[in-house]
Amino acid sequence: MEKLLEVKGLKKTFYKKKIPFAAVDNVSFDLNKGECLGLVGESGCGKSTTAKIITHLTVPDSGSVLLEGAETLHVKGRQERELYRKVQMVFQTPQDSFDPRCSLGDGIMESMRNQGMQKRRAEERMYELLCMVELQREFASRYPHEVSGGQCQRAAIARALAPDPQLIICDEATSALDVTVQAQIVELLRKLQKERELSLLLISHDLALVQKLCDRVLVMYQGKIVEQGIPDEVIRHPKEEYTKMLVDSVF
Amino acid sequence: MREKQKMTVGKQRAAGDYIKIKMILFGTLAAGVILTAVFAPYLVPYDPYEQDLGNALLPPGGAHLLGTDRYGRDMLSRVIMGSRTTVFAALLLVAVITVIGSAAGILCGYHGGKLDAFLMRVSDIFLAFPGMVFAIAVASVMSGGILNAVIALACISWPKYARIARSQVLSIRNMPYMAAAKLSGSGTFKMICRHVVPNIAGPVIVTAVLDIGTMMMEIAGLSFLGLGAAPPTAEWGSMMSNGRSMLQTSPWVILAPGTAIFLTVVIFNLVGDTVRDLLDPRQKGR
Ligand SMILES: Nc1ncnc2c1ncn2[C@@H]1O[C@H](COP(=O)(O)OP(=O)(O)O)[C@@H](O)[C@H]1O
Ligand SMILES: [Mg+2]
Repeated sequence: MEKLLEVKGLKKTFYKKKIPFAAVDNVSFDLNKGECLGLVGESGCGKSTTAKIITHLTVPDSGSVLLEGAETLHVKGRQERELYRKVQMVFQTPQDSFDPRCSLGDGIMESMRNQGMQKRRAEERMYELLCMVELQREFASRYPHEVSGGQCQRAAIARALAPDPQLIICDEATSALDVTVQAQIVELLRKLQKERELSLLLISHDLALVQKLCDRVLVMYQGKIVEQGIPDEVIRHPKEEYTKMLVDSVF
Repeated sequence: MREKQKMTVGKQRAAGDYIKIKMILFGTLAAGVILTAVFAPYLVPYDPYEQDLGNALLPPGGAHLLGTDRYGRDMLSRVIMGSRTTVFAALLLVAVITVIGSAAGILCGYHGGKLDAFLMRVSDIFLAFPGMVFAIAVASVMSGGILNAVIALACISWPKYARIARSQVLSIRNMPYMAAAKLSGSGTFKMICRHVVPNIAGPVIVTAVLDIGTMMMEIAGLSFLGLGAAPPTAEWGSMMSNGRSMLQTSPWVILAPGTAIFLTVVIFNLVGDTVRDLLDPRQKGR
């Protein structure tokens, strides 16, 4: 299998009242093309920080992130925008991830317009994307506060799909939604992943969700990856003490 | 329960309508003041600069509705003409400090680091001085003139806007939609124009509109001290200053421009209050 993303030795230290603590501590993992990789762990263990480092929203202290074999951590300007054509992200709080002063349609079109696509063409594609995430056309002109959380998250997925990326990082994309909507979003993600041979990095604190969707899972605890493997096996025969606890708390 | 909810919704709508009516009313009054200023030369019944010593210090009434000053100039014409200087100068001043102050604040809030530290220390220095004293000092160094008064007041007033804009930027900088915009490939310029400015504009605009009245007072104040508009330019502050020795014998000379300042400032403050209610209903009644 071909590797899409290689993360090596990531470290990020935050200072709380001058006391350093490692939010991400020597994290390494690979993600294959077309794979759905889960990253689970309790709240505060460094999952979001890892995602933010990959998408250049946070600068790590050390480590490297290779995308198709090329280092991406220190690229800037044009190359950074090139990175964002390949890697996209869906955030935890859908309503906050859209500018309250822009319509959802404008939010979805932003990346296409930035790539220099003509307005008409971008609009056409935006409607295609809305259709893909099963939203009606009229949602294009709605504002984030005028739609429900689930609808907003669908729009966010459409926005992430807009540049036709290879990898989408979902940072707790379903955590803020209620259970039935959660299931619909999960179903949508699964469908899109199968159809478009998309790679997914699915960040969650919910082992059951990861078991449903992912080919492989990483268990993170206090900034470190403590275990990895096939979800069913990890759940049935957890090797680490922490994973056992996590499994027991869910099942 | 349902009934109650309906009633609160009804009340909220009534309050919204009330604010809109207030906005239309005060907006019209303010527009009236601004239009008076724009068309002042066509509205004046007499030449505001023509002296007629034979008709000096006539009391209000008759041919001169608001009387004449000690050189026999028609007070009504001078007050109308004076609106030009005061209103235009105040609007210009507010526009300048809003743009410069917010630009500095956005830059500081967005980039942070050394530039932020430097600009904020500079603004601290300005904020630590008593503003008017500093403006008097600056204006007297630059010698009089309405434009210099505006520059002096701009020097002391921009830090307030920088502070407001900066704190607003800091409050939205880490919102997920800023991250999402970055991931959409938007550069710094586009981020600021498209996502930062529209989201911080509300509080800045409210402050600006509320400041128009204050700035009028300060411009009139500097002119009163002889540091703003130079005679014979018709300007409310300097007209009051000219009339202050005649307060007991011919009070209209000071009352006419005084009332004009008072009414104009009140109108612009009411507009400011209403704009605040309109843009941020949560702050109402604070
Ligand atoms: N910008 C920051 N400054 C200081 N500490 C932070 C910052 N971002 C995250 N942290 C801390 O790093 C740890 C990991 O955070 P995060 O990656 O968001 O966890 P998770 O997403 O797994 O819940 C937490 O303890 C959090 O408080
Ligand atoms: Mg998180």
